[in-house]
Parts: sequence; structure tokens; C-alpha cells
Amino acid sequence: MIKNLTCIVCPIGCNLEVEVEGNKVKRVSGNECKRGELYARSETVQPVRTLTTTVLTDDGRLLPVRTDKPIPKNLIFECMKEINRKTVSLPIKIGDVIIENIAKTGANIIASKNMG
Amino acid sequence: MKNVDLVVIGAGPAGMSAAISAYNSGAKDILILERDSELGGILQQCIHNGFGLHKFNEELTGPEYAWRYLKKVQELKIPYLLGTMVTEITKDKKIIAINPSEGIFEIQAKAIILAMGCRERSKGALNIPGSRPVGVYSAGTVQKYVNLKGYLPGNEAVILGSGDIGLIMARRMTLEGAKVKAVCEIMPYSSGLARNIQQCLNDFDIPLKLSHTVVEIHGKSRLTGVTIAKVDENLKPIMDKKEYIPCDTLLLSVGLIPENELSKNIGIEFDSVTQGPVVDQNRQTTVPGVFACGNVLHVHDLVDYVSDEAEIAGKAAAHYLNQKAGETINIPIKTDGKIRYTVPQRFTEYKNTVLYFRTANVYSNATINVRDGDKIICSKKKRKLLPATMETITLTKEMISSVNSGCMSIELEVAEND
Repeated sequence: MIKNLTCIVCPIGCNLEVEVEGNKVKRVSGNECKRGELYARSETVQPVRTLTTTVLTDDGRLLPVRTDKPIPKNLIFECMKEINRKTVSLPIKIGDVIIENIAKTGANIIASKNMG
Repeated sequence: MKNVDLVVIGAGPAGMSAAISAYNSGAKDILILERDSELGGILQQCIHNGFGLHKFNEELTGPEYAWRYLKKVQELKIPYLLGTMVTEITKDKKIIAINPSEGIFEIQAKAIILAMGCRERSKGALNIPGSRPVGVYSAGTVQKYVNLKGYLPGNEAVILGSGDIGLIMARRMTLEGAKVKAVCEIMPYSSGLARNIQQCLNDFDIPLKLSHTVVEIHGKSRLTGVTIAKVDENLKPIMDKKEYIPCDTLLLSVGLIPENELSKNIGIEFDSVTQGPVVDQNRQTTVPGVFACGNVLHVHDLVDYVSDEAEIAGKAAAHYLNQKAGETINIPIKTDGKIRYTVPQRFTEYKNTVLYFRTANVYSNATINVRDGDKIICSKKKRKLLPATMETITLTKEMISSVNSGCMSIELEVAEND
């Protein structure tokens, strides 16, 4: 089976053609770089995304946060639920871990900004 | 009145990068003026990732990208004033500004870098028929509400325009629990990045309706819905192909305009296509000592290019203060219509220069030719050219100094037009 994907690794957004047999990727074409092939393989087996959102702080402002590595796409809303239940105490430094092992994905939610 | 060698107006990615570059090139008496309450500009509300791939080989969020520059401004102890709004710049480089602690005050600058960025095209520019209820916002306004204020302005949204901010906000509102019913784009192609169509729309099954526009806004006090219609090849709505979509929020992501109200008083020349100043290879405007960079000059699609451009402007401003200007020439660059504009628009010095440009349409298998009269001085082939993607061609000092006709032109040779 041939699957068509848009690579999301960089702003070029290559159109990828992926030849799939069962759950196996036989061939990837259309990618301008190596990362495109890796993306096609991961997207076919288990799509992952970096999640970015905000967390409420104890002074009422919002702290921008992100996952420190991509998480399975189908767990995004579960992660959002957990993040939206959380309130963090300031001060916070950029890179600080806000939630460890979010939704058992192995990824941490980290701060994108200094806030004090 | 204060006297400052170099005043940078705006502390977004352009202003910060320009100030750092000017400092590193020898300008030490610098002042950055920023109207917001922190450094970073619009990056602070762009909490999504995707910034910095070219500059840092990493995918950073907006605040993280801003932090790289903010940290340097602070390390170098470059002075800046926050909450400070510039209200006027005079021809003799006097800047009038206002802030709560000093009231109205004046600064006499020797050089100025314009880095005020851009703002969104508003509802008023669109002339959509119907009422004017609460619930119609520009996409960037909603981005500020959701990401900085923690306020989701509605539960069911339609987005008009498929620019990147619109796509990013479709995902953001979905993540926060709103239902985005459709993104309408009047053109037959999206003006956003392909990867944003995938990760912001397709990932969440949000339909992208190409060649569609909003033809009516419904609701009295609050928006109750919009009528959308397909458009024909002349972008005119086909009224028998209308569809009513109930919604309480309409987001407009319909283009950005360089914010040049301040620059208009200085007597600099403007480019009617970019709506920014005409600049040379150093990003110097037609008034000596006044430079421009970032989205105030032309709207960029990647912040990485803004930082690059601001480095050029900052370095050149420092050299201007040092009287290091070389011999001056004047070679304008003409475009052919298929190429909408170039930045810079002219050369005043023989210097290796990356020429940035955008095309008017989608073109496949095209050759970009830079000419001096009939002579081709540089050419480059591209498999695909999109209006949404800023392209570049590099001209060497030798190529520019080989120009005899006094003028350069850039043209597109196209095999097929999509």
C-alpha cells in the first residue's frame, strides 16, 4: 500500500510517499533529507508530536510549557487534561520540569520561559 | 533631552538581534525602546515549537527563541526601556516617546533601527456583509487571549484565512476544548506551511475549505454563525453554493501589514508591494542612518530570517556611526510581476548579498534569472515556488560590480504555471 504524508520535521514540508506492507515501511521517497525518512517510519508505526501549551501559576499568570520529547499523538488530550489540573509555584526557570512522565509517556513537561 | 548614538525601536526578534549585532560591531551607546512589558515581542505569545531550525538547528518554542536573544541583551548590558511607546520620529532623528515614569521625553539619536514589526489585517479591511457582533477576532488577538491571559473566547469557531497564525490557533483552540468547524481559504492553495496543515488541521480532523470565503456574519450581540461560499476563479463568491455554519467565534487570519506609521514622518521611500521601506544591502533606508529590519521591512515566514536580517542592519548601523561607509553607487533591482518584490530593493555598495524575494503565484520548475540588461549575471533553478515561502538567491560582490546598465532585474522563467 502507498501512503502519502506531509513531513512536519521542518518548514519545507516535503510530500512523502511511503510504501507500507502490513506494519512495515518498505520504501520512502519524496524526502529532501534523512530526517524525512525517519519521520515517515515513525509516522507509520506510531505518530508522535511535541505538545506545547500553558500551565497556570500561583500568581495567576500562564507559564508556557512543552514536552521535552515528542509524545504519542493519541495521548495529546490525556496530557492536556493532566496539565490543566496543575498549578505551579513561582519562581520557575526555563527548562524546569513541571510534570514528570506525563500520562506515562516517558516525557516530561518543561518550562519554556523564566518566570518569577 | 537624552543623546544616544543608536536607538532601536522595538524589542522583538528583530530589535534584539539588531542591538546585539550593533554592540558586537562596536556601537556601545545603544538604547532599545519597547512598548510591551517584557522583551521578546510577539514570540512571547507564540508558545508553539518550530522556531530556530536554521539558526540553532533546534526546534524551539517562541519564548525559548526569544530567551536566546534576551539573555544576550542582558549579558551585554544593552540598556532598554519597557512600557515605552514611541510616538514620533523626526527627520533629524529626534525620537519622542512616552512612558509612565518619565512622561513624554525626547531622545536625539545619531542612527535609528526601525524594528516595530507588523500587525494583522483587520475585519475592516475585508468588508464582510452582516452585523458586527462580539465574537469576531483577529487570530493573533485570540492567541494573546488564550496563551497569555488564559481566556478562551468561544466554544465553536470558524477561521477565515489559512495563514500560519490561523492554523496554529485552530490547533490551540482545539487543545483547550473548543470545536473548530472549518478553516476557509479564498485562494485555491493555503498560505500557511504544509507542515502546519498536517499538524494543526489534519491531526485534529479540522476541514480546510480551499476556494471558500465568509460571505455573511450572523448574530446581534454575540456571533451566532457565518455563511460561507465557494468562490470562482475570479475569487467571486458563487452564491448558490452557500453553507451556514453555526459558531460563536470567527477568527481572521488574513495577512499582516508592516507597522510603519512612525517611519512615514522621516521622509524615507516606501515599497508599495512590501509596504515597508526601500532598503539597500545593509538594510539602510533612503535616509542615511535610518535602518529597518524584520517584519516592519517585509513580512517574513521564519523568525530565523528576521534574526539574520537584523544582524545585517545592526552591523551596518555600527559602521555608519563609525563613518565606515564605502564608496556609494545606486543600482536598483526591478522585478517582473511573477516575482512580487525583493529585499533589498537596491544596492549602494558592492558587497556579497542574499536577495530575498517572493513570487506572485505557485510556479513549478522555474528558473530565477538576475539580469543586467540582456546579460544573465546569476541564475538558479527551483522545483517549486510558493507565494507563502520566502526564497533567496545569493549575489556576489563581483556579480553586482559587473552591472553596466545601472540597473538589475530579476525574472522568473517558467515551464508550467500551476
